Amino acid sequence: MMPQDIRTSLVCNLVVGEEIRGKWNHSKYRIRRRLGYGATGAVYLADSDRGVVALKIGHDQMSITSEVNVLKRFSKVQGKVLGPSLIDVDDWVARNSTYPFYAMEYLKGETLFDFMKTKSSEWAGILLVQLLTDLHTLHQAGWAFGDLKPDNLLVTGPPYRIRWIDVGGTTVMDRSIKEYTEFYDRGYWGKGSRKAEPSYDLFSAGMVMVNLAYPSRFSKNGDPNKQMQAKITGSPMLKPYASILEKAWNGKYRYAEEMRNELVLLLNARDKARSPKKQSQQASQQPASRQAQKKKKSSFITETFLVFTFVFVVYLFYMLGQTM
Amino acid sequence: MRNKGTLRQILLITDGCSNQGEDPVAMAALAHEQGIAVNVIGVLNENAPEYHRQGLREVEEIAMAGGGISQVVYTKQLAQTVKMVTQKAMAQTIKGVVNAELQQILGSQSTMEDLPPDKRGEVIEVVDEMGETMNLEILVLIDASGSMEDKMLTVQESLLDLSISLNSRIGDNEFSIYVFPGKRSEAEELLSWSSKLDSIGKIFSKITLGGITPTGPAIKEGIAAFGRKRSSKRRFLSDDAPGYTNESGM
Repeated sequence: MMPQDIRTSLVCNLVVGEEIRGKWNHSKYRIRRRLGYGATGAVYLADSDRGVVALKIGHDQMSITSEVNVLKRFSKVQGKVLGPSLIDVDDWVARNSTYPFYAMEYLKGETLFDFMKTKSSEWAGILLVQLLTDLHTLHQAGWAFGDLKPDNLLVTGPPYRIRWIDVGGTTVMDRSIKEYTEFYDRGYWGKGSRKAEPSYDLFSAGMVMVNLAYPSRFSKNGDPNKQMQAKITGSPMLKPYASILEKAWNGKYRYAEEMRNELVLLLNARDKARSPKKQSQQASQQPASRQAQKKKKSSFITETFLVFTFVFVVYLFYMLGQTM
Repeated sequence: MRNKGTLRQILLITDGCSNQGEDPVAMAALAHEQGIAVNVIGVLNENAPEYHRQGLREVEEIAMAGGGISQVVYTKQLAQTVKMVTQKAMAQTIKGVVNAELQQILGSQSTMEDLPPDKRGEVIEVVDEMGETMNLEILVLIDASGSMEDKMLTVQESLLDLSISLNSRIGDNEFSIYVFPGKRSEAEELLSWSSKLDSIGKIFSKITLGGITPTGPAIKEGIAAFGRKRSSKRRFLSDDAPGYTNESGM
Protein backbone atom coordinates (compact mmCIF):
# COMPACT_ATOMS: atom_id res chain seq x y z
CA MET A 1 0.00 0.00 0.00
CA MET A 2 1.96 2.94 -1.28
CA PRO A 3 0.52 6.43 -0.90
CA GLN A 4 -2.61 6.22 -3.02
CA ASP A 5 -3.43 8.72 -5.65
CA ILE A 6 -7.07 9.28 -6.46
CA ARG A 7 -6.14 10.78 -9.82
CA THR A 8 -5.24 7.38 -11.18
CA SER A 9 -8.45 5.64 -10.12
CA LEU A 10 -11.19 4.76 -12.58
CA VAL A 11 -13.73 7.16 -11.14
CA CYS A 12 -11.46 10.09 -11.90
CA ASN A 13 -10.77 9.01 -15.46
CA LEU A 14 -14.12 8.46 -17.14
CA VAL A 15 -13.99 9.28 -20.84
CA VAL A 16 -16.24 11.76 -22.62
CA GLY A 17 -19.35 10.02 -23.90
CA GLU A 18 -19.16 7.13 -21.42
CA GLU A 19 -22.60 5.98 -20.35
CA ILE A 20 -23.30 5.48 -16.68
CA ARG A 21 -26.38 3.42 -15.96
CA GLY A 22 -27.83 3.02 -12.48
CA LYS A 23 -28.22 -0.46 -11.04
CA TRP A 24 -31.34 0.33 -9.03
CA ASN A 25 -33.20 3.16 -10.76
CA HIS A 26 -31.90 2.46 -14.30
CA SER A 27 -31.40 6.13 -15.18
CA LYS A 28 -28.79 6.86 -17.84
CA TYR A 29 -26.11 9.54 -17.75
CA ARG A 30 -23.70 10.47 -20.49
CA ILE A 31 -20.41 12.06 -19.39
CA ARG A 32 -19.62 15.45 -20.90
CA ARG A 33 -16.56 16.51 -18.95
CA ARG A 34 -14.98 16.38 -15.54
CA LEU A 35 -15.70 19.33 -13.28
CA GLY A 36 -13.33 18.40 -10.48
CA TYR A 37 -12.26 15.78 -8.00
CA GLY A 38 -11.65 15.46 -4.30
CA ALA A 39 -10.74 12.94 -1.65
CA THR A 40 -13.92 10.93 -2.05
CA GLY A 41 -14.41 10.91 -5.83
CA ALA A 42 -14.90 12.97 -8.96
CA VAL A 43 -17.67 15.25 -10.21
CA TYR A 44 -18.69 15.22 -13.88
CA LEU A 45 -20.99 17.26 -16.03
CA ALA A 46 -23.44 14.79 -17.61
CA ASP A 47 -26.53 14.67 -19.79
CA SER A 48 -29.58 12.82 -18.56
CA ASP A 49 -33.30 12.54 -19.27
CA ARG A 50 -33.74 15.32 -16.75
CA GLY A 51 -31.32 17.66 -18.47
CA VAL A 52 -27.77 18.57 -17.56
CA VAL A 53 -26.70 17.40 -14.10
CA ALA A 54 -23.59 17.23 -11.97
CA LEU A 55 -22.70 13.61 -11.29
CA LYS A 56 -20.51 12.60 -8.37
CA ILE A 57 -18.94 9.15 -8.54
CA GLY A 58 -16.84 7.64 -5.78
CA HIS A 59 -15.45 4.32 -4.70
CA ASP A 60 -16.25 4.38 -1.02
CA GLN A 61 -19.86 3.57 -0.14
CA MET A 62 -19.55 5.11 3.31
CA SER A 63 -18.48 8.58 2.29
CA ILE A 64 -20.76 8.85 -0.77
CA THR A 65 -23.75 7.69 1.25
CA SER A 66 -22.90 10.18 3.99
CA GLU A 67 -22.87 12.99 1.45
CA VAL A 68 -26.22 11.87 0.07
CA ASN A 69 -27.63 11.91 3.59
CA VAL A 70 -26.52 15.51 3.98
CA LEU A 71 -27.92 16.58 0.60
CA LYS A 72 -31.24 15.02 1.54
CA ARG A 73 -31.27 16.99 4.78
CA PHE A 74 -30.53 20.17 2.88
CA SER A 75 -33.73 19.85 0.93
CA LYS A 76 -35.51 19.86 4.27
CA VAL A 77 -34.02 23.20 5.37
CA GLN A 78 -37.11 25.20 4.70
CA GLY A 79 -37.61 28.16 2.45
CA LYS A 80 -34.02 28.52 1.31
CA VAL A 81 -31.97 26.81 -1.32
CA LEU A 82 -28.65 26.14 0.35
CA GLY A 83 -26.75 23.46 -1.51
CA PRO A 84 -27.41 21.92 -4.92
CA SER A 85 -30.59 19.83 -4.94
CA LEU A 86 -30.33 16.06 -5.08
CA ILE A 87 -31.74 14.32 -8.18
CA ASP A 88 -30.83 10.63 -8.08
CA VAL A 89 -28.80 8.14 -6.01
CA ASP A 90 -27.59 4.86 -7.46
CA ASP A 91 -24.76 2.39 -8.03
CA TRP A 92 -22.83 1.90 -11.25
CA VAL A 93 -21.57 -1.60 -11.93
CA ALA A 94 -18.53 -1.59 -14.19
CA ARG A 95 -15.35 -3.55 -14.57
CA ASN A 96 -16.25 -6.05 -11.84
CA SER A 97 -16.71 -3.30 -9.29
CA THR A 98 -19.58 -1.27 -7.93
CA TYR A 99 -19.20 2.49 -7.79
CA PRO A 100 -21.74 4.52 -5.81
CA PHE A 101 -22.84 7.78 -7.43
CA TYR A 102 -25.42 10.54 -7.15
CA ALA A 103 -26.78 13.15 -9.52
CA MET A 104 -27.42 16.69 -8.36
CA GLU A 105 -28.39 20.05 -9.78
CA TYR A 106 -25.60 21.56 -11.86
CA LEU A 107 -24.69 25.03 -10.58
CA LYS A 108 -23.00 27.14 -13.19
CA GLY A 109 -20.65 29.79 -11.96
CA GLU A 110 -17.13 30.95 -11.28
CA THR A 111 -14.71 30.02 -8.55
CA LEU A 112 -14.23 32.62 -5.84
CA PHE A 113 -10.74 33.45 -7.09
CA ASP A 114 -11.77 33.83 -10.75
CA PHE A 115 -14.66 36.04 -9.71
CA MET A 116 -12.48 38.29 -7.56
CA LYS A 117 -9.95 38.71 -10.35
CA THR A 118 -12.39 40.81 -12.35
CA LYS A 119 -14.17 42.55 -9.48
CA SER A 120 -13.23 45.27 -7.02
CA SER A 121 -12.25 44.34 -3.49
CA GLU A 122 -15.52 45.32 -1.77
CA TRP A 123 -17.08 42.29 -3.45
CA ALA A 124 -15.11 40.12 -1.02
CA GLY A 125 -17.05 41.68 1.85
CA ILE A 126 -20.36 41.36 0.05
CA LEU A 127 -19.81 37.68 -0.77
CA LEU A 128 -18.92 37.09 2.86
CA VAL A 129 -22.18 38.76 3.92
CA GLN A 130 -24.08 36.41 1.61
CA LEU A 131 -22.16 33.43 2.93
CA LEU A 132 -22.91 34.42 6.53
CA THR A 133 -26.61 34.77 5.72
CA ASP A 134 -26.69 31.18 4.45
CA LEU A 135 -24.60 29.94 7.35
CA HIS A 136 -27.06 31.47 9.77
CA THR A 137 -29.92 29.58 8.11
CA LEU A 138 -27.92 26.35 8.21
CA HIS A 139 -26.97 26.85 11.86
CA GLN A 140 -30.58 27.55 12.81
CA ALA A 141 -31.46 24.21 11.23
CA GLY A 142 -28.98 22.49 13.54
CA TRP A 143 -26.01 21.98 11.22
CA ALA A 144 -22.50 23.28 10.79
CA PHE A 145 -20.94 23.41 7.34
CA GLY A 146 -17.55 22.06 8.39
CA ASP A 147 -15.26 22.14 5.40
CA LEU A 148 -15.72 25.77 4.40
CA LYS A 149 -13.16 26.82 1.76
CA PRO A 150 -13.09 28.45 -1.69
CA ASP A 151 -12.97 25.02 -3.40
CA ASN A 152 -16.40 24.25 -1.97
CA LEU A 153 -17.90 27.59 -2.98
CA LEU A 154 -19.06 29.03 -6.28
CA VAL A 155 -20.32 32.43 -7.42
CA THR A 156 -23.40 32.09 -9.63
CA GLY A 157 -25.17 34.83 -11.52
CA PRO A 158 -25.59 37.66 -12.37
CA PRO A 159 -27.17 38.58 -10.02
CA TYR A 160 -24.07 37.37 -8.19
CA ARG A 161 -24.67 35.03 -5.33
CA ILE A 162 -22.29 32.80 -3.42
CA ARG A 163 -23.39 29.16 -3.33
CA TRP A 164 -21.84 26.08 -1.79
CA ILE A 165 -21.27 23.09 -4.00
CA ASP A 166 -19.69 20.43 -1.81
CA VAL A 167 -21.53 19.69 1.39
CA GLY A 168 -19.52 16.61 2.40
CA GLY A 169 -18.28 18.18 5.64
CA THR A 170 -21.70 19.23 6.94
CA THR A 171 -22.07 17.96 10.49
CA VAL A 172 -24.85 17.87 13.10
CA MET A 173 -24.24 20.51 15.79
CA ASP A 174 -22.13 19.42 18.78
CA ARG A 175 -20.58 16.48 16.95
CA SER A 176 -17.05 16.30 15.62
CA ILE A 177 -16.52 17.99 12.26
CA LYS A 178 -16.56 15.35 9.53
CA GLU A 179 -14.21 16.92 7.02
CA TYR A 180 -11.96 19.92 7.15
CA THR A 181 -8.95 21.48 5.49
CA GLU A 182 -6.04 22.56 7.66
CA PHE A 183 -5.79 26.20 6.60
CA TYR A 184 -9.47 26.86 7.43
CA ASP A 185 -9.52 24.63 10.53
CA ARG A 186 -9.26 26.30 13.94
CA GLY A 187 -7.89 23.06 15.41
CA TYR A 188 -4.86 23.34 13.14
CA TRP A 189 -4.18 26.89 14.32
CA GLY A 190 -4.63 25.91 17.97
CA LYS A 191 -7.72 28.12 18.26
CA GLY A 192 -10.25 25.58 19.51
CA SER A 193 -11.84 22.18 19.15
CA ARG A 194 -13.25 20.48 16.06
CA LYS A 195 -16.73 20.42 17.51
CA ALA A 196 -19.50 21.46 15.15
CA GLU A 197 -20.74 24.85 16.38
CA PRO A 198 -21.37 28.22 14.72
CA SER A 199 -18.02 29.64 15.83
CA TYR A 200 -16.22 26.82 13.99
CA ASP A 201 -17.75 27.86 10.67
CA LEU A 202 -17.23 31.56 11.40
CA PHE A 203 -13.53 30.92 11.94
CA SER A 204 -13.39 29.24 8.54
CA ALA A 205 -15.39 32.04 6.95
CA GLY A 206 -12.79 34.52 8.20
CA MET A 207 -10.03 32.33 6.80
CA VAL A 208 -11.77 32.22 3.41
CA MET A 209 -11.50 35.99 3.42
CA VAL A 210 -7.82 35.81 4.39
CA ASN A 211 -7.32 33.27 1.62
CA LEU A 212 -8.71 35.74 -0.93
CA ALA A 213 -5.93 38.14 0.05
CA TYR A 214 -3.33 35.36 0.09
CA PRO A 215 -4.39 32.97 -2.69
CA SER A 216 -1.44 30.63 -2.21
CA ARG A 217 -2.24 30.35 1.54
CA PHE A 218 0.51 29.93 4.15
CA SER A 219 1.28 27.43 6.88
CA LYS A 220 1.68 27.76 10.62
CA ASN A 221 4.89 29.47 11.61
CA GLY A 222 5.58 30.50 15.19
CA ASP A 223 2.86 32.07 17.31
CA PRO A 224 -0.36 31.79 15.23
CA ASN A 225 -1.89 34.91 16.82
CA LYS A 226 1.03 37.13 15.90
CA GLN A 227 1.30 35.54 12.49
CA MET A 228 -2.34 36.19 11.70
CA GLN A 229 -2.19 39.76 12.95
CA ALA A 230 0.77 40.42 10.69
CA LYS A 231 -1.01 38.86 7.72
CA ILE A 232 -4.11 40.98 8.25
CA THR A 233 -2.35 44.28 8.76
CA GLY A 234 -0.03 43.45 5.88
CA SER A 235 -2.86 43.27 3.36
CA PRO A 236 -4.62 46.44 2.18
CA MET A 237 -7.60 44.28 1.27
CA LEU A 238 -7.96 42.76 4.76
CA LYS A 239 -7.02 45.73 6.90
CA PRO A 240 -10.47 47.38 6.86
CA TYR A 241 -11.97 44.11 8.10
CA ALA A 242 -9.34 43.62 10.81
CA SER A 243 -11.68 43.93 13.80
CA ILE A 244 -14.19 41.44 12.38
CA LEU A 245 -11.56 38.96 11.26
CA GLU A 246 -9.95 39.11 14.66
CA LYS A 247 -13.24 38.38 16.42
CA ALA A 248 -13.91 35.42 14.12
CA TRP A 249 -10.36 34.18 14.69
CA ASN A 250 -10.84 34.30 18.46
CA GLY A 251 -14.28 32.69 18.39
CA LYS A 252 -15.99 35.81 19.73
CA TYR A 253 -19.08 35.51 17.53
CA ARG A 254 -21.76 33.20 18.83
CA TYR A 255 -24.01 33.47 15.78
CA ALA A 256 -23.38 33.99 12.08
CA GLU A 257 -25.91 36.83 12.18
CA GLU A 258 -23.77 38.78 14.65
CA MET A 259 -20.79 38.67 12.34
CA ARG A 260 -22.94 39.40 9.31
CA ASN A 261 -24.52 42.49 10.87
CA GLU A 262 -21.18 43.91 11.93
CA LEU A 263 -19.88 43.33 8.44
CA VAL A 264 -22.86 45.08 6.87
CA LEU A 265 -22.37 48.07 9.16
CA LEU A 266 -18.71 48.17 8.25
CA LEU A 267 -19.39 47.94 4.52
CA ASN A 268 -21.90 50.81 4.76
CA ALA A 269 -19.48 52.97 6.71
CA ARG A 270 -16.70 52.12 4.35
CA ASP A 271 -18.69 53.28 1.34
CA LYS A 272 -18.99 56.75 2.85
CA ALA A 273 -15.35 56.95 3.79
CA ARG A 274 -14.32 55.78 0.39
CA SER A 275 -15.92 58.67 -1.54
CA PRO A 276 -13.99 61.80 -0.52
CA LYS A 277 -15.77 63.89 -3.17
CA LYS A 278 -19.06 63.46 -1.45
CA GLN A 279 -17.44 64.40 1.84
CA SER A 280 -16.17 67.74 0.53
CA GLN A 281 -19.57 68.42 -0.95
CA GLN A 282 -21.07 67.77 2.42
CA ALA A 283 -18.63 70.20 3.98
CA SER A 284 -19.54 73.03 1.61
CA GLN A 285 -23.19 72.34 2.17
CA GLN A 286 -22.88 72.55 5.88
CA PRO A 287 -24.37 76.05 6.31
CA ALA A 288 -27.33 74.98 4.23
CA SER A 289 -27.84 71.92 6.30
CA ARG A 290 -27.65 73.99 9.44
CA GLN A 291 -30.43 76.17 8.11
CA ALA A 292 -32.40 73.03 7.48
CA GLN A 293 -31.79 72.05 11.08
CA LYS A 294 -33.09 75.42 12.24
CA LYS A 295 -36.13 75.03 10.09
CA LYS A 296 -36.65 71.66 11.64
CA LYS A 297 -36.43 73.21 15.10
CA SER A 298 -39.05 75.83 14.34
CA SER A 299 -41.35 73.28 12.76
CA PHE A 300 -41.00 71.28 15.95
CA ILE A 301 -42.27 74.24 17.96
CA THR A 302 -45.29 74.74 15.70
CA GLU A 303 -46.07 71.05 15.91
CA THR A 304 -46.00 71.13 19.69
CA PHE A 305 -48.19 74.24 19.70
CA LEU A 306 -50.73 72.59 17.39
CA VAL A 307 -50.86 69.43 19.47
CA PHE A 308 -51.47 71.42 22.65
CA THR A 309 -54.20 73.47 20.98
CA PHE A 310 -55.85 70.31 19.75
CA VAL A 311 -55.75 68.68 23.17
CA PHE A 312 -57.08 71.89 24.74
CA VAL A 313 -60.00 72.10 22.29
CA VAL A 314 -60.88 68.45 22.88
CA TYR A 315 -60.70 69.06 26.64
CA LEU A 316 -62.96 72.12 26.24
CA PHE A 317 -65.59 70.09 24.42
CA TYR A 318 -65.30 67.43 27.10
CA MET A 319 -65.86 69.95 29.87
CA LEU A 320 -68.79 71.43 28.01
CA GLY A 321 -70.24 67.94 27.66
CA GLN A 322 -69.82 67.36 31.42
CA THR A 323 -71.56 70.61 32.46
CA MET A 324 -74.48 70.30 30.09
CA MET B 1 -27.73 -0.87 18.29
CA ARG B 2 -27.24 2.41 20.10
CA ASN B 3 -25.69 1.01 23.23
CA LYS B 4 -22.47 2.74 24.05
CA GLY B 5 -19.77 0.20 23.45
CA THR B 6 -16.03 0.65 23.46
CA LEU B 7 -13.75 0.47 20.45
CA ARG B 8 -10.24 -0.74 21.14
CA GLN B 9 -7.49 0.16 18.72
CA ILE B 10 -3.76 -0.16 18.58
CA LEU B 11 -2.02 2.41 16.41
CA LEU B 12 1.47 1.35 15.45
CA ILE B 13 3.79 3.97 13.97
CA THR B 14 6.98 2.51 12.55
CA ASP B 15 9.53 3.10 9.84
CA GLY B 16 11.00 -0.32 9.41
CA CYS B 17 10.96 -4.03 9.75
CA SER B 18 10.81 -5.80 13.10
CA ASN B 19 13.99 -7.61 14.01
CA GLN B 20 13.53 -9.02 17.49
CA GLY B 21 11.15 -11.21 19.43
CA GLU B 22 7.78 -12.62 18.42
CA ASP B 23 6.39 -12.35 14.91
CA PRO B 24 4.40 -9.08 14.85
CA VAL B 25 1.87 -10.54 12.38
CA ALA B 26 1.08 -13.34 14.83
CA MET B 27 0.80 -10.88 17.70
CA ALA B 28 -1.58 -8.73 15.64
CA ALA B 29 -3.75 -11.80 14.99
CA LEU B 30 -3.76 -12.47 18.73
CA ALA B 31 -4.89 -8.89 19.40
CA HIS B 32 -7.64 -9.20 16.81
CA GLU B 33 -8.95 -12.33 18.52
CA GLN B 34 -9.38 -10.28 21.68
CA GLY B 35 -11.36 -7.51 20.07
CA ILE B 36 -8.48 -5.13 19.52
CA ALA B 37 -7.90 -3.83 16.00
CA VAL B 38 -4.30 -3.21 14.99
CA ASN B 39 -3.65 -0.31 12.61
CA VAL B 40 -0.25 0.45 11.21
CA ILE B 41 1.30 3.56 9.72
CA GLY B 42 4.58 3.09 7.93
CA VAL B 43 6.65 6.25 7.76
CA LEU B 44 8.84 6.66 4.72
CA ASN B 45 11.74 9.00 4.17
CA GLU B 46 11.38 11.18 1.10
CA ASN B 47 14.54 9.70 -0.35
CA ALA B 48 14.05 6.19 0.93
CA PRO B 49 15.98 3.44 -0.87
CA GLU B 50 14.05 0.61 -2.51
CA TYR B 51 14.94 -2.01 0.14
CA HIS B 52 13.39 0.26 2.72
CA ARG B 53 10.09 0.32 0.89
CA GLN B 54 10.22 -3.47 0.69
CA GLY B 55 10.70 -3.66 4.44
CA LEU B 56 7.46 -1.77 4.94
CA ARG B 57 5.52 -4.61 3.34
CA GLU B 58 5.29 -6.02 6.86
CA VAL B 59 3.13 -3.02 7.71
CA GLU B 60 0.32 -4.26 5.51
CA GLU B 61 0.56 -7.84 6.80
CA ILE B 62 0.35 -6.72 10.44
CA ALA B 63 -2.74 -4.61 9.78
CA MET B 64 -4.46 -7.36 7.81
CA ALA B 65 -3.89 -9.90 10.58
CA GLY B 66 -4.96 -7.30 13.14
CA GLY B 67 -8.23 -6.49 11.38
CA GLY B 68 -7.11 -2.90 10.95
CA ILE B 69 -5.95 -0.48 8.33
CA SER B 70 -2.47 0.27 7.09
CA GLN B 71 -0.99 3.18 5.24
CA VAL B 72 2.52 4.04 4.15
CA VAL B 73 3.22 7.77 4.06
CA TYR B 74 5.94 10.35 3.88
CA THR B 75 6.73 12.16 7.12
CA LYS B 76 5.02 15.40 6.15
CA GLN B 77 1.67 13.67 5.58
CA LEU B 78 1.78 11.99 8.97
CA ALA B 79 -0.69 14.20 10.87
CA GLN B 80 -3.35 13.80 8.22
CA THR B 81 -2.74 10.06 7.99
CA VAL B 82 -2.85 9.40 11.73
CA LYS B 83 -6.35 10.90 11.82
CA MET B 84 -7.49 9.29 8.61
CA VAL B 85 -6.34 5.82 9.64
CA THR B 86 -7.88 6.11 13.11
CA GLN B 87 -11.21 7.34 11.81
CA LYS B 88 -11.34 4.80 8.99
CA ALA B 89 -10.42 2.03 11.37
CA MET B 90 -13.22 3.04 13.73
CA ALA B 91 -15.67 3.13 10.84
CA GLN B 92 -14.44 -0.22 9.56
CA THR B 93 -14.87 -1.86 12.96
CA ILE B 94 -18.36 -0.44 13.33
CA LYS B 95 -19.22 -1.39 9.77
CA GLY B 96 -18.09 -4.93 10.57
CA VAL B 97 -20.49 -4.98 13.51
CA VAL B 98 -23.36 -3.60 11.45
CA ASN B 99 -22.69 -6.00 8.59
CA ALA B 100 -22.72 -8.90 11.01
CA GLU B 101 -26.09 -7.72 12.31
CA LEU B 102 -27.39 -7.34 8.77
CA GLN B 103 -26.33 -10.85 7.91
CA GLN B 104 -28.30 -12.15 10.85
CA ILE B 105 -31.37 -10.33 9.62
CA LEU B 106 -31.08 -10.62 5.86
CA GLY B 107 -29.15 -13.83 5.28
CA SER B 108 -25.57 -14.89 5.17
CA GLN B 109 -24.34 -13.04 2.09
CA SER B 110 -25.88 -9.63 2.68
CA THR B 111 -23.71 -6.62 3.33
CA MET B 112 -24.41 -2.91 3.32
CA GLU B 113 -23.50 -2.71 -0.36
CA ASP B 114 -26.36 -5.03 -1.29
CA LEU B 115 -28.95 -2.68 0.15
CA PRO B 116 -30.73 -0.21 -2.13
CA PRO B 117 -29.36 3.36 -1.72
CA ASP B 118 -32.26 4.52 0.46
CA LYS B 119 -31.85 1.80 3.06
CA ARG B 120 -28.08 2.13 2.89
CA GLY B 121 -28.43 5.77 3.86
CA GLU B 122 -30.25 4.81 7.03
CA VAL B 123 -27.64 2.21 7.93
CA ILE B 124 -24.79 4.66 7.39
CA GLU B 125 -26.53 7.09 9.68
CA VAL B 126 -26.42 4.46 12.42
CA VAL B 127 -22.73 3.85 11.67
CA ASP B 128 -22.02 7.60 11.89
CA GLU B 129 -23.94 7.82 15.13
CA MET B 130 -21.98 4.97 16.66
CA GLY B 131 -18.68 6.44 15.52
CA GLU B 132 -19.58 9.65 17.25
CA THR B 133 -20.85 8.25 20.52
CA MET B 134 -18.89 5.06 21.19
CA ASN B 135 -16.02 5.21 23.66
CA LEU B 136 -12.58 4.79 22.22
CA GLU B 137 -9.48 3.31 23.78
CA ILE B 138 -6.45 3.87 21.65
CA LEU B 139 -3.00 2.60 22.41
CA VAL B 140 -0.21 4.19 20.41
CA LEU B 141 2.96 2.18 19.83
CA ILE B 142 5.84 4.30 18.63
CA ASP B 143 8.91 2.88 17.00
CA ALA B 144 11.88 4.49 18.78
CA SER B 145 14.63 2.91 16.76
CA GLY B 146 17.45 5.26 15.73
CA SER B 147 16.10 6.00 12.27
CA MET B 148 12.96 7.59 13.75
CA GLU B 149 14.91 10.45 15.31
CA ASP B 150 14.04 13.13 12.76
CA LYS B 151 10.39 12.07 12.73
CA MET B 152 9.64 12.24 16.45
CA LEU B 153 8.51 15.85 16.48
CA THR B 154 6.08 15.17 13.66
CA VAL B 155 4.77 12.08 15.48
CA GLN B 156 4.19 14.19 18.58
CA GLU B 157 2.33 16.90 16.65
CA SER B 158 0.27 14.29 14.81
CA LEU B 159 -0.87 12.73 18.07
CA LEU B 160 -1.81 16.11 19.53
CA ASP B 161 -3.81 16.86 16.42
CA LEU B 162 -5.50 13.45 16.65
CA SER B 163 -6.53 14.19 20.21
CA ILE B 164 -8.11 17.50 19.13
CA SER B 165 -10.25 15.61 16.63
CA LEU B 166 -11.17 12.73 18.89
CA ASN B 167 -11.91 14.93 21.89
CA SER B 168 -14.42 16.85 19.75
CA ARG B 169 -16.54 13.69 19.65
CA ILE B 170 -19.38 12.99 22.04
CA GLY B 171 -17.97 9.63 23.16
CA ASP B 172 -15.11 9.35 25.65
CA ASN B 173 -11.51 8.75 24.61
CA GLU B 174 -8.59 7.29 26.44
CA PHE B 175 -5.08 7.28 25.11
CA SER B 176 -2.02 5.40 26.18
CA ILE B 177 1.42 5.68 24.60
CA TYR B 178 4.22 3.12 24.50
CA VAL B 179 7.61 3.32 22.82
CA PHE B 180 9.67 0.37 21.69
CA PRO B 181 12.41 -0.45 22.47
CA GLY B 182 12.21 0.96 26.00
CA LYS B 183 15.10 1.79 28.28
CA ARG B 184 14.85 -1.40 30.30
CA SER B 185 12.30 -3.53 28.47
CA GLU B 186 11.24 -4.16 24.90
CA ALA B 187 8.34 -1.75 25.23
CA GLU B 188 8.00 1.01 27.77
CA GLU B 189 4.96 2.98 28.86
CA LEU B 190 5.27 6.69 28.20
CA LEU B 191 1.75 7.71 29.12
CA SER B 192 -0.77 5.62 31.02
CA TRP B 193 -4.46 5.76 30.13
CA SER B 194 -5.55 9.37 29.98
CA SER B 195 -8.15 11.40 28.13
CA LYS B 196 -5.81 14.32 27.41
CA LEU B 197 -2.62 14.42 25.43
CA ASP B 198 -1.72 18.03 26.23
CA SER B 199 1.33 17.06 28.23
CA ILE B 200 2.99 14.74 25.73
CA GLY B 201 5.59 17.33 24.79
CA LYS B 202 7.49 16.72 28.02
CA ILE B 203 7.17 12.96 27.72
CA PHE B 204 8.53 12.92 24.19
CA SER B 205 11.66 14.73 25.21
CA LYS B 206 12.46 11.82 27.54
CA ILE B 207 12.56 9.23 24.78
CA THR B 208 15.93 7.68 24.13
CA LEU B 209 16.21 6.06 20.77
CA GLY B 210 17.48 2.50 20.60
CA GLY B 211 18.87 0.31 17.88
CA ILE B 212 16.46 -2.61 17.63
CA THR B 213 12.84 -2.84 16.48
CA PRO B 214 10.95 -5.37 18.64
CA THR B 215 7.56 -4.80 16.99
CA GLY B 216 6.08 -8.19 17.98
CA PRO B 217 6.83 -7.86 21.71
CA ALA B 218 5.51 -4.30 21.59
CA ILE B 219 2.12 -5.44 20.26
CA LYS B 220 2.06 -8.13 22.93
CA GLU B 221 2.72 -5.49 25.58
CA GLY B 222 -0.08 -3.42 24.07
CA ILE B 223 -2.56 -6.27 24.45
CA ALA B 224 -1.48 -6.63 28.08
CA ALA B 225 -2.07 -2.91 28.65
CA PHE B 226 -5.67 -3.29 27.49
CA GLY B 227 -6.02 -6.31 29.75
CA ARG B 228 -4.74 -4.44 32.79
CA LYS B 229 -7.12 -1.61 32.06
CA ARG B 230 -10.10 -3.93 31.89
CA SER B 231 -9.34 -5.76 35.09
CA SER B 232 -8.53 -2.62 37.04
CA LYS B 233 -11.35 -0.42 35.84
CA ARG B 234 -14.43 -2.47 35.31
CA ARG B 235 -15.63 -5.98 34.89
CA PHE B 236 -15.10 -7.61 31.54
CA LEU B 237 -18.06 -6.88 29.31
CA SER B 238 -18.33 -9.29 26.46
CA ASP B 239 -20.45 -6.89 24.46
CA ASP B 240 -17.90 -4.12 24.73
CA ALA B 241 -16.55 -4.92 21.31
CA PRO B 242 -19.56 -6.49 19.68
CA GLY B 243 -18.04 -7.03 16.24
CA TYR B 244 -15.27 -9.21 17.31
CA THR B 245 -17.20 -11.10 19.89
CA ASN B 246 -19.81 -11.93 17.27
CA GLU B 247 -17.18 -13.12 14.86
CA SER B 248 -15.33 -15.27 17.26
CA GLY B 249 -18.55 -16.58 18.75
CA MET B 250 -17.65 -15.66 22.28
